[in-house]
Amino acid sequence: MKGKIVRLHEKLINGEITSLELTSKYLENIRKFDSEINSYITVTQEEAFKAAKATDEKIAKGEKVPLLSGIPMSFKDNLSTKGILTTCASKILSNYIPVYDAFVVEKLYEQGAVLLGKNNMDEFSMGSSCETGYYGRTKNPYNYERVTGGSSGGGAAAVATDMAVYSLGSDSGGSVRQPASFCGVVGLKPTYGAVSRNGMIAFASSFDQIGVLATTVEDTAIVFDTISAYDAIDATCSGKKRDKCFEDINRDIKGVKIGIIKNLTRELSGEISKSIKDSCESLKSLGADITELRIDNLDLAMPVYCILTCAEASSNLARYDGVRYGYRTKDYESIDEMIRKTRSEGFGSEVKQRIMMGNYVLGAGRYENYYKKAMSIRQLIKKSVDEAFEKVDVLLSPTSIVTAFKEEEKLKDPIDMYLSDLCTVTANICGYPALSVPCGFDNSGLPVGLQLMGRNFSEKLLLNVAYKFEDANQIIYKKPKGGAYSFEI
Amino acid sequence: MKYEPVIGLETHIELKTSSKIFCSCPVSFGQKTNTSCCPICTGMPGTLPKLNQAVVDYAIMAGLAVNCKVSKVSRMDRKNYVYPDLCKAYQISQYDMPLLKSGHITLSDGHAIRIKRIHIEEDAGKLIHENNELLIDYNRGGVPLIEVVTEPDFCTSSEVKEYLETLRLIMKTIDVSDCKMQEASLRCDVNLSVKVPGENPGSRVEIKNVNSFAYIVKAIEYEFLRQVNLIEKGQKIKQETRRFNAQTGKTETMRSKEETQDYRYFPEPDLPYIYVSDERIASLAEKLPELPQSRIKRYVEEMKVRQKDAEEIIKYPKLADYFEEIVKISKNPKLSLSLMLNHVYRNLLTEEEKEGAKISVTPFDLAQVVLLQDGSIPASFVKTVVDRMLKEGKSFEELFDISDFQKVSGDDLLEIVKNVIDENPKAASDYKGGKEKSIKALIGLVMRKTSGKADAKLVSELLKERLQK
Repeated sequence: MKGKIVRLHEKLINGEITSLELTSKYLENIRKFDSEINSYITVTQEEAFKAAKATDEKIAKGEKVPLLSGIPMSFKDNLSTKGILTTCASKILSNYIPVYDAFVVEKLYEQGAVLLGKNNMDEFSMGSSCETGYYGRTKNPYNYERVTGGSSGGGAAAVATDMAVYSLGSDSGGSVRQPASFCGVVGLKPTYGAVSRNGMIAFASSFDQIGVLATTVEDTAIVFDTISAYDAIDATCSGKKRDKCFEDINRDIKGVKIGIIKNLTRELSGEISKSIKDSCESLKSLGADITELRIDNLDLAMPVYCILTCAEASSNLARYDGVRYGYRTKDYESIDEMIRKTRSEGFGSEVKQRIMMGNYVLGAGRYENYYKKAMSIRQLIKKSVDEAFEKVDVLLSPTSIVTAFKEEEKLKDPIDMYLSDLCTVTANICGYPALSVPCGFDNSGLPVGLQLMGRNFSEKLLLNVAYKFEDANQIIYKKPKGGAYSFEI
Repeated sequence: MKYEPVIGLETHIELKTSSKIFCSCPVSFGQKTNTSCCPICTGMPGTLPKLNQAVVDYAIMAGLAVNCKVSKVSRMDRKNYVYPDLCKAYQISQYDMPLLKSGHITLSDGHAIRIKRIHIEEDAGKLIHENNELLIDYNRGGVPLIEVVTEPDFCTSSEVKEYLETLRLIMKTIDVSDCKMQEASLRCDVNLSVKVPGENPGSRVEIKNVNSFAYIVKAIEYEFLRQVNLIEKGQKIKQETRRFNAQTGKTETMRSKEETQDYRYFPEPDLPYIYVSDERIASLAEKLPELPQSRIKRYVEEMKVRQKDAEEIIKYPKLADYFEEIVKISKNPKLSLSLMLNHVYRNLLTEEEKEGAKISVTPFDLAQVVLLQDGSIPASFVKTVVDRMLKEGKSFEELFDISDFQKVSGDDLLEIVKNVIDENPKAASDYKGGKEKSIKALIGLVMRKTSGKADAKLVSELLKERLQK
């Protein structure tokens, strides 16, 4: 299915529309709908107009501009933007303005991207519903009583409602894919090390990966190709040569071996189960070789994820002390009191809970039983998944075992909340790429997502399979609220 | 009953790589506050560390110089604790997989002090208390350190002092650190417990950051007696961290065991493991200069200089290099060394000048002076010659005419002696009258008239001869 980016690019260079007009349209949508949906924390109208004009001038002069030039987009609010508020949806960073741009921000600015603003999220990416942030929850465009999923819920909602052509989010356990699936858009979590984390405010360093949210697979591929590059500043960023995913994205998928993960599809609700079955049929008809398989140890993925991400987060978030930047408490007698009060007042309860869990599992006498054990199980899970990849090229499951749930429904039960990431965390534990592509709707009209996971650096194959699937199933693509948000260009 | 101290040391040494351990900020001392720092070394949100490979190289060289084994695989860990000068609230250090293990330094009496491990880590910033305000300077944050940890092998404070002096000299010789305690580029923590022979050592007390070798000796001596006194009184030693108070000369409690930090170490997820190849180790070993102990041995055995003089010159590795350059030309180690120790040293006024061998003339220039001492310049002139050369930064030829130093003798000298006696009848008659000392004045006058170019012994003989007539 042709994406928006190529279409808009053609219109821009043909002079059918200017980037300034296009940007205005998107900003108008934000004005109209975002007071309700709340997908943005900061809207950067001035910067957007400036960037749009720059592209228009280039085109007017007859210069060749890149595909992403002049295209309006957004960043999750944990990606550092020089001179622009970057809050991680936390009170503790509610006044923090970075002095440098994240690597991905730089990359997209180089291409002439038009930044519309910074998207809402769960505080420090800790959550699966986009409800835990200091700036309030983001509403699901398909049904305002429902959550968008999280943590990159703001970006997913913005993309679903034409408030951004695409958005960059981050995914540590499903934070791009799960909201993509809840909001009916495409979400890609790349291979760990494919995209530089330089400038992304860390949640759990060995799990975090910047990902792409867009309405089509083609757009996702174009943006991913742009941000996936070696960066010497990030020691975990791979130096491997990247395949261009957008090139021949339309190629045949005949003979591609796809394995359905049996233990993730067993207890699905009828509607999700049906969507997944239909998707498999569709892929079969496209020539893919579908089998079913079991992956051992997946039941351990969630506890491993909880222990390790909390441990890393407790350390990553220890720097927010009110000394150098960010929120600082008003009254204090000593520096110790200042730090204690700043953190007590600055962090929300979800974040505090995870910091405490993290400090607990790393504490003297507990490290061996929790952290170290979880690290070995992480290797065990990876081994099990690798065994599956000896038999198949792609692993298939739903992105989430539920569709968008009701607001506050799972806030009181953290275990239940974590379980909404059951299908997605494995990719982060192993570092493997995975994406979510819309594959249908449940009875209440909420989107269902199909997850495809591959080996390291197999994004090209995943996007290719997803593209063919999307192309063959255009019929299932339904706009939220009957297309109320969309406009003709 | 006899008591023995059981002492171990942890020494932090700043490496003088050109940039910091995880970013490209320069490593420098005495800069304006908060000018040598960047988003990475101030731990701004979203920044990532990148290990400076020069730090690994310097640390390996340091390790090889004290006989350590290099770990083929090691890794960085996070040491979590909250303090305002530690901007990430964790220090990136090494915990259970240090870069270097099991080395030793042998003291002059043959006792080997075992080095348990050496690891690399980042330094923290510095707190400044000013007008009731707490200010922070992050220039030092991210400066590379090695921590050298010994086994509890020391039995006396003098062993500790010798070990530290040797360690410092080795680090200076291989040029990986300046090791200046006053600039905190060398810092030392002491672990001390008391042992009754035949029993296990008592609880261990850590004394933090004592900032000079003399204080370390004092701190050890005080702490040993303190613990012995407590034991004699039948009290238990508490495991705790103490600090040395330079004013009182005593150690005092900093924090007890109950307050001990739980550092919650875990592997640094932002950095890959450190792999060191055999080739890399070999090429670093090749770069190592001759170490102090072998240098002293060579000077004594091959150059036949005195042990004491050899020890003196190698205290300043660059001066020793300079000395060797002089010897290459002069072929006279003894005279060359005495020139260095007696004359060049005097002209290097500060430690910095000695450390840096800041000599304004070339070794070739000074070698000429050594060669001319072989008869052409009287020994009494060497001081003047060297002082002028170093002051003006010019060679011997540029400053002097060799004929200036030809000796006055024979009839010329006799004539001068006669004149001096005639011109100073009082001194002459005093001598004749039995005041032997008055001859010294006459010798001095003759020497002055010859501009020192006469042989003083000869002058004395000539004078005595004339005066007895």
